[in-house]
Amino acid sequence: MSEAALAQKIDDPGLDETAAKLTPERIRTTINRVLQQENSARLKAFVGTCVSCGLCSDACHFFLSHDRDPKYSPAGKVKQTLWEMIRTKGNVSQEFIVRAATIAYTECNVCKRCVQYCPFGIDTAYLMTVVRRICHLLGVTPLYLQDTSHSHASTFNQMWVKDDEWIDTLQWQEDEYRDEIPNLRIPLEKEGADFFYSVIGPEPKFRTQLIGQAAVLMNECGVDWTMPATPGWDNSDMSMYSGDLEIMGRIKRAHFETARRLRVKRVVMGECGHAYRSVYDVGNRWLGWREMPIPVIHALQFYWEMLKEGRLKVATQMEEPCTFHDPCNVVRGMGLHEMARDVVRAFCSNFIEMEPNREQNYCCSAGGGVINCGPPHTKTRVLGNRVKAEQITATGAKVLIAPCHNCHGGLEDIINHYKLDVKLVFLIDIIYAHMHKSNAI
Amino acid sequence: MHSIYTFVTGPLVWVAFLVFIGGLAGKFVYLTSLAKNKDPYVFSYLHLKYALRSIIVWLIPFSTRNMRLNPVMTVVTFAFHICLIIAPIFLLAHVIMFEEAWGVSWWTLPDAVADVMTWVVLASIVFFVVRRRVVPEARYVTGPKEFVILGLVALPFLTGFLAYYQIFDYQTMIILHVLAGEAMLVAIPFTWLSHVMLYPMIRGYMGSEFGAERHVKDW
Repeated sequence: MSEAALAQKIDDPGLDETAAKLTPERIRTTINRVLQQENSARLKAFVGTCVSCGLCSDACHFFLSHDRDPKYSPAGKVKQTLWEMIRTKGNVSQEFIVRAATIAYTECNVCKRCVQYCPFGIDTAYLMTVVRRICHLLGVTPLYLQDTSHSHASTFNQMWVKDDEWIDTLQWQEDEYRDEIPNLRIPLEKEGADFFYSVIGPEPKFRTQLIGQAAVLMNECGVDWTMPATPGWDNSDMSMYSGDLEIMGRIKRAHFETARRLRVKRVVMGECGHAYRSVYDVGNRWLGWREMPIPVIHALQFYWEMLKEGRLKVATQMEEPCTFHDPCNVVRGMGLHEMARDVVRAFCSNFIEMEPNREQNYCCSAGGGVINCGPPHTKTRVLGNRVKAEQITATGAKVLIAPCHNCHGGLEDIINHYKLDVKLVFLIDIIYAHMHKSNAI
Repeated sequence: MHSIYTFVTGPLVWVAFLVFIGGLAGKFVYLTSLAKNKDPYVFSYLHLKYALRSIIVWLIPFSTRNMRLNPVMTVVTFAFHICLIIAPIFLLAHVIMFEEAWGVSWWTLPDAVADVMTWVVLASIVFFVVRRRVVPEARYVTGPKEFVILGLVALPFLTGFLAYYQIFDYQTMIILHVLAGEAMLVAIPFTWLSHVMLYPMIRGYMGSEFGAERHVKDW
């Protein structure tokens, strides 16, 4: 069986077993509820304007990686899902729903690159989130993604981290890095600090060194910061991607309210892309805020600020040839690409651009909740992003910087599968290794 | 024959323009009031500068990455739209009809230029049809409806051309020409031809989102 055919044959009880319980009546009423009541003007404008020219196709890494197979083109995905739901007025089969869910959850990263390719600016990513919303209300969600959403609902974090484990982890990291920086602190619950540093579930769970490294950065920059000891510390939001908008709103509210309770002036966020999308684009709007209710800045902005203010000083530069992956949500989503390059160039003497780059960069294929769909869908996203592997190889770089957790997960799998000779790092890894540490012993 | 001609060039023109303009106006009111009720934040994010930036950039040939990736399509699309709009408005025969009816007239195209423009429109439509049959990503999303719409756009130009050169029976052809033009106008609000109005609406909104909220280019 070919690799592509293997990728098609996916066994996910979250999709198959749940869809098997659906009645035609429930499918029809749910689809019509979402299409008629929850969405209307934008949906009608986007769907009614598409001239089906197929010009969006060149935007999609799935399309390009599958040798221009039209089933993977943005318009092709809408045709297989939403157009059919609209045409049949919701009279579609269980099998159709499974296929629609597979497309919307695992073959589209809602990266919005296709918006930049459509002559009309039709937001296909938005259309895919409408399909996801329908699938969520039908209970047809990839099992692992649903588990993540359950974790958000139960613990207010993405990875079932218990309240005491969270505090314990922070204290462990404080202890760990005191070997190097004796006066290092991770201040908990400090009311009125300048900012609270928020991270995503995977940091305490399995990328714990990132918290320690961030603490070293804070220490060196001499900033007044804190971390909460209560739920609300996690800025991530996979419910936003599963279509569970109600839970999405709850966890975003908890995050913003934690900042208010601590009376901080702003929130600084670790290197995560989707969490940033959830505070400036999706979660805030669901809660009725035009902008973020409290300023939230991404790690890239924070590093840049510290560098420009002279608080963060470069001790040595990394000489290995390196390249930079622009995460969709902070670049196409917030235009942080130049700030990121300023920081990268300060710490790396041999920086090579990928082509295309900045807002034109290819997605990592893990974003949009796709990586959270778990092992059953890994091949889909890895085979669906051959162009990323080619893009990285073409740079000849030995180090790949990706300031986003989901990008990391996706790129790690791409590096392994395509056997790329490149080391994957976060920007903080490089900063930590090459910054001036005046308090270190 | 003459009474049919008088009918299609008289009352039916009024009907066609009323449906065309009324249909688009109705669609505009319907979509904006729907947006006010269901997607109110569309309005909170509208930003004049970035809306215009997006609308204008996408009207300049080769200004976007995708236009550069598809040079032939870009040339054909721009030539097609320019000729499609300019030729009928500035055609001498059309202007004369307006002058006879209302006493107003404006600058007109030399007939030879109008001829070339008609050819461009027809050749472009042939290109679009072939492209939709040959290019897999276009073929996959193309249905019979798309060819009907392309046919509706082609007919007024084809019949106009045949009438001008008096190929076949002139009287029949000119009536068919007027009918085809009216059919196209009537189809605009009810098909994706409505992109004539939805283009600035969607671009305006998405351009604002990308420019003002995301601080990034949408091309």
